[in-house]
Amino acid sequence: MKKIILKINGELRSVYVEPEEILLDVLREKLGVKSPKCGCDRGDCGACAVLLNGRSVRSCLVLAIETDGQEIVTVEGISKDGLNKVQNTMLDKNAFQCGFCAPGMIISTTELIEKNPHPNLEEIKEALSGNLCRCTGYLPILESVQEATKEEHHE
Amino acid sequence: MAILNDFKYYKPQEINETLQLLSEFKENAKILAGGTDLIVHLKEDLVKTENVIDIKGITQLNKIDISKDNIFLGSGVTFTEIIESPELKDKLPILWEASKKVASIGIRNRATVVGNICSAVPSLDSAPALLVYDAEIVVQSKNGKRNISIHNWFTGPKQTILKPEELVLGINIPITIHAGVYEKLGRYRGEDLAQAGIGIFVDEIKNYRFAYCAVGPVPKRMKKLEDFLQGKEISDKLLEEAAELIPNEISPISDIRSSKEYRIHMMKVMFKRGLQESVVILKGGRS
Repeated sequence: MKKIILKINGELRSVYVEPEEILLDVLREKLGVKSPKCGCDRGDCGACAVLLNGRSVRSCLVLAIETDGQEIVTVEGISKDGLNKVQNTMLDKNAFQCGFCAPGMIISTTELIEKNPHPNLEEIKEALSGNLCRCTGYLPILESVQEATKEEHHE
Repeated sequence: MAILNDFKYYKPQEINETLQLLSEFKENAKILAGGTDLIVHLKEDLVKTENVIDIKGITQLNKIDISKDNIFLGSGVTFTEIIESPELKDKLPILWEASKKVASIGIRNRATVVGNICSAVPSLDSAPALLVYDAEIVVQSKNGKRNISIHNWFTGPKQTILKPEELVLGINIPITIHAGVYEKLGRYRGEDLAQAGIGIFVDEIKNYRFAYCAVGPVPKRMKKLEDFLQGKEISDKLLEEAAELIPNEISPISDIRSSKEYRIHMMKVMFKRGLQESVVILKGGRS
């Protein structure tokens, strides 16, 4: 067992891990961070996405030990002070049914608008193309991101 | 799914330290860069190892060096870093486009181009570009450095010429004025392996270079096609004639992702489409 220290959602946490432990499992089972979900468990579906040093990664494909000293943000951190505009728009538009893919979608969207606050539809599709949703057919998700990020014209 | 195989984890900060570990462990060590292949293989028990050596702590390997006539991509360089470099977009457009077509952003943020060629699956997206660029792989062991041509690198599906005690430092790519594209056939964007892929390179003096992935056991240049077109002006008629050479250049299989016949058909389509587009780009003055 090795002790690693992580900054998770702004808070310093330490945890003992074995080298073979996967970040997703450590987040969910040892640190109680439950928003990342285990879908395919092989990097294909995006349900386990977290931001590692500001970039989205598949936490099912990262060893916990690799992230020693690094910074992780999950939906718990993004929603710390209440839901943001994208999340509220997703709620209004009923963007999700079962909600299993939602955390990954929100992580990918967060990464996108950090770099590109007003993406066009193509850019949104590209950013979310690695997140699978089996309920909605994607349309309300894409519409929510589009609406929440469109440029506002003030008088 | 947990990894059932117990291993020790090393994160060296220096190349020499890594070479020392590799010479000690030999076959019994795996290099970890992005991990997007290795972790899957460890989970699925396709790979067993007692030692995992994470090279992300070695700053020398994380660099992109661009000189007058050469580009060096260190083995820690991710696909996202390639995509985010305007200079690489300009100087290596085929590799840049291929990088954008690798899986999804969440994978590209971790996965490295060197990891891609070390995994050496037949469908690897980065190979056609590296083949048409005549890239060289720089490897080092305790006994010294050597450069390996990309044309000799792949020895079989998931097999390379790399020796267990060797570490890939990076890839050297000569800079040439050219235009080109990477055409990839997949079922959907975001997360799919290529069913067929072709890298296309054209230059001002009508040199044409083509390389494929996913339609043979290892990615390869298509020399007969290159010789046939060498020096010629591309016309619709010539394209049709050239496309008929493709079935002799490739050896696709039928598998769960598509049939042999479909792959052959689509390689012809992608060849014609991609070459026409490349010529347009070349005439538009993009280098």
